[in-house]
Amino acid sequence: MENHTILEMRSITKEFPGVKALSDVSITVRAGEIHAICGENGAGKSTLMKVLSGLYPYGDYSGSIIFQGSEVQFKDIRSSEAAGIVIIHQELALIPELSIAENIFLGNEPTRFGVIDWDKVNRETLELMARVGLSEDPTTKIKDIGVGKQQLVEIAKALSKSVKLLILDEPTAALNETDSQHLLDLMSGLRSKGISCIMISHKLNEIEQIADSITIIRDGKSIETLHVKEDGVDEDRIIRGMVGRSLESRFPEHTPKLGEVFFEVRDWTVGHPSVPDRLVAKGSNFYVRRGEIVGFAGLMGAGRTELARSVFGRSYGNFKSGQIFINGKEVTLKSVPQAIEAGLAYVTEDRKSLGLNLLDDIKSTTVSANLKKITRNLVVDKDEEYKIAEEYRKSLRTKTPSVNEGVAKLSGGNQQKVVLSKWMFTDPELLILDEPTRGIDVGAKFEIYGIIQRLASQGKGVIVISSELPELLGLSDRIYTIFEGAITGEIAREDASQESLMKLMTASKKAA
Amino acid sequence: MNSLKKIFGGDTRQFGMIFALIALVIFFQWQTGGKTLTSGNMMNLFNGNSYILILAIGMVLVIIAGHIDLSVGSVAAFAGIVVAIAMRDWGLPWFGGILVGLLLGAVIGAWQGFWVAYVGIPAFIVTLAGMLLFRGANQFVGKSNTVPVPEGFQYIGSGYLPEVGPVTGYNNLTLLLGLLLVAFVIYNELRTRKRLARVGAEVPEMWVSLVKVGLISAAILYATYLFATGRPGTSFPIPGLILGALVVIFGFISNKTIAGRHVYAVGGNRHAAELSGVQSKKVNFMVMMNMSILAALAGMIFVGRSTASGPFDGVGWELDAIAAVFIGGAAVTGGVGTVIGSIIGGLVMAVLNNGLQLLGIGADMTQIIKGLVLLVAVAFDVYNKTQGKPSITGLLTRNFGNKSKPDLPSEVRSPDSEQSISTKEVISKS
Repeated sequence: MENHTILEMRSITKEFPGVKALSDVSITVRAGEIHAICGENGAGKSTLMKVLSGLYPYGDYSGSIIFQGSEVQFKDIRSSEAAGIVIIHQELALIPELSIAENIFLGNEPTRFGVIDWDKVNRETLELMARVGLSEDPTTKIKDIGVGKQQLVEIAKALSKSVKLLILDEPTAALNETDSQHLLDLMSGLRSKGISCIMISHKLNEIEQIADSITIIRDGKSIETLHVKEDGVDEDRIIRGMVGRSLESRFPEHTPKLGEVFFEVRDWTVGHPSVPDRLVAKGSNFYVRRGEIVGFAGLMGAGRTELARSVFGRSYGNFKSGQIFINGKEVTLKSVPQAIEAGLAYVTEDRKSLGLNLLDDIKSTTVSANLKKITRNLVVDKDEEYKIAEEYRKSLRTKTPSVNEGVAKLSGGNQQKVVLSKWMFTDPELLILDEPTRGIDVGAKFEIYGIIQRLASQGKGVIVISSELPELLGLSDRIYTIFEGAITGEIAREDASQESLMKLMTASKKAA
Repeated sequence: MNSLKKIFGGDTRQFGMIFALIALVIFFQWQTGGKTLTSGNMMNLFNGNSYILILAIGMVLVIIAGHIDLSVGSVAAFAGIVVAIAMRDWGLPWFGGILVGLLLGAVIGAWQGFWVAYVGIPAFIVTLAGMLLFRGANQFVGKSNTVPVPEGFQYIGSGYLPEVGPVTGYNNLTLLLGLLLVAFVIYNELRTRKRLARVGAEVPEMWVSLVKVGLISAAILYATYLFATGRPGTSFPIPGLILGALVVIFGFISNKTIAGRHVYAVGGNRHAAELSGVQSKKVNFMVMMNMSILAALAGMIFVGRSTASGPFDGVGWELDAIAAVFIGGAAVTGGVGTVIGSIIGGLVMAVLNNGLQLLGIGADMTQIIKGLVLLVAVAFDVYNKTQGKPSITGLLTRNFGNKSKPDLPSEVRSPDSEQSISTKEVISKS
C-alpha cells in the first residue's frame, strides 16, 4: 500500500461566539486508508468535518488544509466536492420523491443540447449502483427503498463526483446489523480501489474492525492519532483516549437521602414511529427511588430520548408493550396530560424546537404546563403568574432584567432554568431531564446541578439523561447504560467509571 | 413625544396603531371636507364592515394557531341561504333562524376541524375545498335564487338601538352605552393602579392617568355624540353592538383563559406545546369550528342588512378578513396576533375603503391602494424583523390586553423564514 499523505489539516482553530469549538486540531490522513475520528458528543468531530468540507468557508477558521499536496481554501461545499472531497451526513440528504438516478445526478445532470440525457443518467446510475452493490431499478423512488440502501445511494452519488476522500458521519447509526456490515464491506472495497475514507463513529467495534488509523478528539483538541495495526489498538485503548480527562470538582456537595422505589417501568417495548420493524426500546426495565438521581448513559441515537419520551405519555414512537408502576400501582399514561397528572415531567434535550415557544415571555412559559393552578373562574390570574415567575426567577437565579422578557433573548443556561421552573411548577414526583446541561456554560451547569440535587433532596425522583459521562458520574446515585434501544447495564455510582460505562454504552464485546 | 410617553407610559406603542387609524380618519375628514365624521357615514361604516370584522376575529385565532381559512365567505353564504329558506318555508321566527344558522356553522366547523385536526390535512386545502363546497351548496339549496328574509331578521343586520325613555334629543340607549363605556375606562384605570401598587410595580403619576382617561373618554363621548344624533330612527347600529360584544368576549378568551393560551402555544411551537400537555388537535379543531360559527353569524348579519340571501353573498370576504389580520400584526407562521390588532387592521381597511369612496375614487384605484397598504404594512414587519428590530405592527398592537409578545432577535427568525408569506408556507403549516 502506498503510504503518502492525501490530506493534512494543520492547527485548525474554529471559534463560535463565546466558545472555542476547535483549538489547534491537526489530523493527517494517508492515501487509501480508512481514518476514524473518535470523541465524545460535542468534542468537535462534526465541526472539524464542516471545516474540511467547506461548510465553514476559508477565513472562518484559522489553520491550513493541505489536500493532495497543495493548500486548499474551500469557500463552500461545491468547491470541496470539485476537489474530490465528499461528505455524507448522518441525516441523509436525499430527496424522497425523486428517483435513485435523479438523486445521484441532482445538480450535476448530464445534458445534450440543454436537455437532460436520461439514457446517459440511467446507464451511469446502473454502473454506479453496481460499484456499491445495489441492484434496483434506477427509477425507483428514494422513499421506496430502505435506509441501508439509501446510504448506498449516497455513496454512489459521491462516486459519481469522482470522489477521492469520502467523509462518512455516523454512517451506520441508522442501520441494522446486516446493512451495517454490508456498508463496512463496501468501505473496505473502496479502500482497495484507492479511495480514502474519514469515518466518524461511536461504534468502537466497527472502528476496531475496519479503521487503519484513529484520531481522537477531546474538548476540541486533537489528542492523539493511533495506527491500528502498528500500535495494536483495541477498544479499551480508544476509550481511554476518549475519556482521559480528570474529573474536576464540578459538582455541588450533596448527600443523597434515598427512599423507597416509587416509580418502575417493566418490559418497555416501543416501535419506531415511521419504520415499522425497528424498535427504539427493547424490553427495558428500570426503577427510581425517592430522592434518587438516576443516570441514563448512552451515546446519541442509542434510544435514551426515545425511551424517556415514550414513558412520558407515549409522546414518541408506537407503544408495543410494557407497564408503568407508580407507588406500586400500575398506571396507564396514554397522553402527555395524563403523564403530567401522574406526576411526571420531561425536560427535553432540544430546548429550541421541543421545549420552548420562542415567541413567548418568561412568565407565561413558567406557568404554561400548569395553567389550571392559576386559573380562577376561567380567568388566568396574571398577577399570580407574575408572582410565581418572580419566585422561580429568584430561587433559580435566572439572569434576566424581568420576567416580562422573551425567552428567545435568554442565554442557553437561563432558558434551561425557565424550562426547569416550568416543570417544577407542575409539582412533579419524577423529573426526566434529557441532556439538562447541553449548550450551557460551566457556571450555569454548576447551578443546574445544584437545582437537580435540591429536587432530589425534596424527595423527588430524577432521571438524568446525558452524553457527558463525567456529568453522570458526578451527579447520579445509580446509572443505567443504553445501547441500541436496550438497557445494557445498571451500575451503582461507587462501581462506575468512565471506562466501564463506555464499554456498556458501546456494547463492547469485553463488557462484563 | 416625551409627554406622550408619560401619559401612556410604556404603552405608547399600543396606541400607535390607533394613531395610524386616527390619522387616516383625520386625513379623509380634511380631504372630504368633513363628510367622513358624520353620523350617517359612521353608521354606514359600521354596518357595512361589521361582518368582515367579525370574520377577522375568528380568522386571527385561526392564523395564530398556524392555519388559514379560505372558506369563510362561502360558509357565510351557505348559512345565509339555509336560514333564509328555513324562515320562509318552515315559518321559523327570526331567533329560530339565528339558532339554526349558528348550529349550521358549528356543524360545518366540526367538518372542517375534523379534517384539519384529526386527519391532518393542511387547513389551506381543507378550506379551499370548503370554499368550493359551500359556495356550491349555497347555489344548490337556493337554486341560485335570491331569498328574502322577514323584517325581524333584518334587525340584526340593519337595526339600531331603539328609542326609549324621556325625549332628550339624543338616542338614550346610545348615550347610556357611551357613558357606561366611559365609566368602565375610569374603573379599569383605577383597578390597574391598584393592581400595580399591590404587585409592587411603579404606579404612574395621577395626572398621567387623568390625561389618559380624559383623552379616551373624550373619544368615546364624541363617538357617542355622533351615533346618538343621527337622523331620526337611527342610532348605534346593532351589528356594531354584536361586534363589540364579540371583541370583548374573544379578547377575553384569547388573553385570559387557558384555551386562549393554548392557541398561542400551539401556533408558537406545536411540539413544545404538546410536550407541555396541550392537546393540539383539540385546539385546532376548536379554532376551525369557531371560525365557521362566526362565519355563519357574519353571513346572517349580511343577509339581514341586504334583506335577502343571494348566490354571490360573501364572495372575497376571506381575503378581506385575512388582510385585516395581517395588517393587524399577525404572523403567517403562527403564534403571533391579537384580536384587537385585527379589528384595528380591519378598521384601517374599512376607513380606506370608505374615504376613497367619499373622494369619488373608483373601485379600481381603491383596490390598488388597499393592496399596497397590505404589502407595505407587512413588508415593514418583515424588514424590521430581519433587521433584528421588533415588528412594527407587532409592537403597535402587542400590549393590548397585556398579551405581550416579546421581540424576536434576528437569530431566531432568519431571513429565510421571513420570506414565508407564500402559499407553500401556508400549506406546510398544518
